[in-house]
Amino acid sequence: MEPGEIHALLGENGAGKSTLMNVLYGLYQPDEGEILVDGKPLKLKGSSDAIGAGIGMVHQHFMLVPVFTVAENIMLGAEQTRGGIAGFLDRRRARREVTEVSERYNLRVDPDAVIENLPVGIQQRVEIVKALTRDVDLLILDEPTAVLTPQETEELLTVMRSLKAAGKSIVFITHKLGEVKAIADRITVIRRGRTVGTASPEASRDELAALMVGRNVRLTVDKAPATPGEPVLEVTGLVVDDDRQIRAVDGVDLTVRAGEVLGVAGVQGNGQTELIEAIMGLRPVLAGTVSLAGERIDGWKPKKVLRAGVGYVPEDRSVDGLVKEFSVAENLVLDIYDRPPFGAGLALKPDAIAASAKERIEQFDVRTPSADAAVGTLSGGNQQKVIVARELSRPLKLFIAAQPTRGVDVGSIEFIHSQIVHERDIGTAVMVVSSELDEVIGLADRIAVMYRGRIIGIVGPDTPREEIGLLMAGISPDATAEPGAADGTVTDGGPASADGPANEDRA
Amino acid sequence: MSDTTPQPSSPDKEPASEAQAAQNALDNTERAELATEPGQPAPKPEPESSLGRLFLDNLWAANTFTVTLLSLVLAIVVGAVLMIISDPAVLSTYSYITSRPSDAINSSWTLVSEAYANLFKGSVFDPEAFSAWVSGDGGWQAVLAPISETLTYAAPLVFTGLSVALAFRGGLFNIGAQGQAIIGVIMAALAGFLLPLPPGLHLLVAVLAGALGGAIWGFIPGILKARAGAHEVINTIMLNYVATYFLTWLIVQNGVQDPTRTDAISKAVHGSAQLPRLLGDNLRVHAGILLAVLATWAVAWLLNRSTLGFELRAVGANPDAARTAGISVTRTYVLIMVFAGILAGLGGSNMVLGSTASALTPLVAAQIGFDGILVALLGRVKPWGVLLAALLFGALQAGGNRMQSYSGISLELVTVLQALIVIFIAAPALVKAIFQLRAARAARLQTSLAKGW
Repeated sequence: MEPGEIHALLGENGAGKSTLMNVLYGLYQPDEGEILVDGKPLKLKGSSDAIGAGIGMVHQHFMLVPVFTVAENIMLGAEQTRGGIAGFLDRRRARREVTEVSERYNLRVDPDAVIENLPVGIQQRVEIVKALTRDVDLLILDEPTAVLTPQETEELLTVMRSLKAAGKSIVFITHKLGEVKAIADRITVIRRGRTVGTASPEASRDELAALMVGRNVRLTVDKAPATPGEPVLEVTGLVVDDDRQIRAVDGVDLTVRAGEVLGVAGVQGNGQTELIEAIMGLRPVLAGTVSLAGERIDGWKPKKVLRAGVGYVPEDRSVDGLVKEFSVAENLVLDIYDRPPFGAGLALKPDAIAASAKERIEQFDVRTPSADAAVGTLSGGNQQKVIVARELSRPLKLFIAAQPTRGVDVGSIEFIHSQIVHERDIGTAVMVVSSELDEVIGLADRIAVMYRGRIIGIVGPDTPREEIGLLMAGISPDATAEPGAADGTVTDGGPASADGPANEDRA
Repeated sequence: MSDTTPQPSSPDKEPASEAQAAQNALDNTERAELATEPGQPAPKPEPESSLGRLFLDNLWAANTFTVTLLSLVLAIVVGAVLMIISDPAVLSTYSYITSRPSDAINSSWTLVSEAYANLFKGSVFDPEAFSAWVSGDGGWQAVLAPISETLTYAAPLVFTGLSVALAFRGGLFNIGAQGQAIIGVIMAALAGFLLPLPPGLHLLVAVLAGALGGAIWGFIPGILKARAGAHEVINTIMLNYVATYFLTWLIVQNGVQDPTRTDAISKAVHGSAQLPRLLGDNLRVHAGILLAVLATWAVAWLLNRSTLGFELRAVGANPDAARTAGISVTRTYVLIMVFAGILAGLGGSNMVLGSTASALTPLVAAQIGFDGILVALLGRVKPWGVLLAALLFGALQAGGNRMQSYSGISLELVTVLQALIVIFIAAPALVKAIFQLRAARAARLQTSLAKGW
């Protein structure tokens, strides 16, 4: 690492990026090898040693106390006291430090805001400020963009550039190629715990992807034109509240036809989750109707909806999709365990479950030591394949996939996408919800953009991404009906949605 | 408009941030697990070693069995120290340990070894009774007496242990086995002395009445949890009090209290409703232990081989995923508590229909519900493990009686031993540190014992 350099660490899930950085941050002890800082070998016994050596880390999951204010979180672990033995916390000084650092690096944060009220992007900024108050020279960002909206990502990249200008070095861990190309000075690719190559940001996406997975991958989805049939899912005037009784879906009308993929795009938190959960019967429908092949299914229990031929890949696989303690085989029958041949009456049929698991593991290329291994021990991509395998292995009328490839490595993304397209081709109605615009554009035959609980536009997949980006930001061009017409007028200055290195400064 | 506000869409971000924070939390644990993976293959022993060597290696690895066994050893050692400290005569020898250490060592050894020998003789096998039987001076009953006592004490603990373990597997912490057992005792006893039924049928009805009583007492916290989200730990604790005082009140009511007595004791259960004794009238072991084995098998089948058990385990491990997969979490919670109640209620039936007591007294259910929690933990919340743990606890109880009368060691020491065993088991890291065990994969499972919270 050089001072003032942004070094990207690129690799698939489970390639060892995070482990490496945890070693660097002193959380894990190396079995072999050594770490050199300014040419001197460094022995790190804990994160405090790392901080002492000028290394700071922003974890993928923020290490913040939700009920504390920004200032309190930043002084946490390095509390300044005054009043001698009485040891009053010096909150004022902490606040001053926060203000100082945030001004110096142009990182706006309110020291008195309570963390849990802040959006994720700002929370991340707090983490960065926290690291900077410890006077670090090297900042490790572990998958910082995984949870950010496109706008927040753009802001983060700006922050990174200004930190670089201030002479700080940054290690940027990610598996998103676009960001790497946009910001990195040097790229190291890791695969299965080994450095497999270094590249410059001029390398093409395909080259990087190939380096990452060790072979050539297709990033675009190959598919034939859709042949839409009868409407399968019809949603009219749907109104749904979220967990806090706040209106999340506010009068949505949707139709998904057999043999087509409807992509639902939108910045996360605009009601997509609630929309799907309402369709699945997981969330009460307050108004409106949901019908499946002409039959009203709103008010049905989830089990009945699933039984009616709906496959569902939930947004958050580790919360809603899998029981981590269960074996792969058990997870593969999680929603059909009581149907023949897996269950008869009250009895389970372990042989049938094992046999079908073996078949499914083969068919969906799930990399697991055995069908009896706990699902929690698999990598993210393989966990996701287990869910997709489970949902696609029964006859479906409708297949709903929410964030089907979030946190999934490139190789698995390719596979999951091809499975989704295959399901479409055999005549299933498919609905894909994703906050990755590329994914939606690649998969969908029609794209519905959700904003604040409404569908504010349905466009074709050939619509320029800038226009979809504008829709995602709630700016509805008058010319929704004729896509493309509004292009020239609004592109500049609007909040671009994706990872394009546009609009450096909007403020 | 986007020129004035730094984040144009910030009002909508809040829901996103929450959902994402949750996602983060999970991603992180996932990552932590992934991260530890590369480390795991390393400690594996050389694959070429002999079978016996491998066995020893595995035994010394910190697996469940080894940790359990070593916890027992540790508890026995601490128990020995307590015996020495609590015996003034032995303790006084320590005042001159520097001049005559043999006194202190000898007297301590005598005390401790005799105490533990009596614990063993009272619970498993008494060589003196055996030699008496061989030489014709004593009957075979005396030989089997210790085992009979152990089984008698173990039977109800199997039920309450299973009750707690089953709830645990379903993600619920059933502190209420005691209350459920008490209601079970009451119902079984009432059925036992109020209903004039023929033998056989009477017993069946009484046992089922006990199960029904427990089921009702389990259903209440179950439905409260499912419908109102009330935490089962709090509700079951409260219901324990209700059950205890209901029993105290009920005993002295007309028609329940034994008319020939003035103290708090109910009428006796009819002989037709009592569990038959297995080894003649002189030995206390009764059919309850057979029911207990049957119940263990049934719970094992339910958990591992039934659709209901699948639901139960899924709900216990991840209620969100279970719900998404179409399993009714609320229904499962209620069922779990009802089943747990049935088991505890059966344990209660054992206390009054067996040979421990034949009438209701305020303490008729003893501590079987609370001991059941310990048994479940010791048995690692697995059905057959619970059976073994209950046998151990039964043996400690039975042996403790003899230890008290022969060695003068108070019966409470047994309770202390039980508590120590469970403490050591609940702190596997401590045991591992003391015995320098190699880390094994089983270690991760053990932390899940605390998951009910």
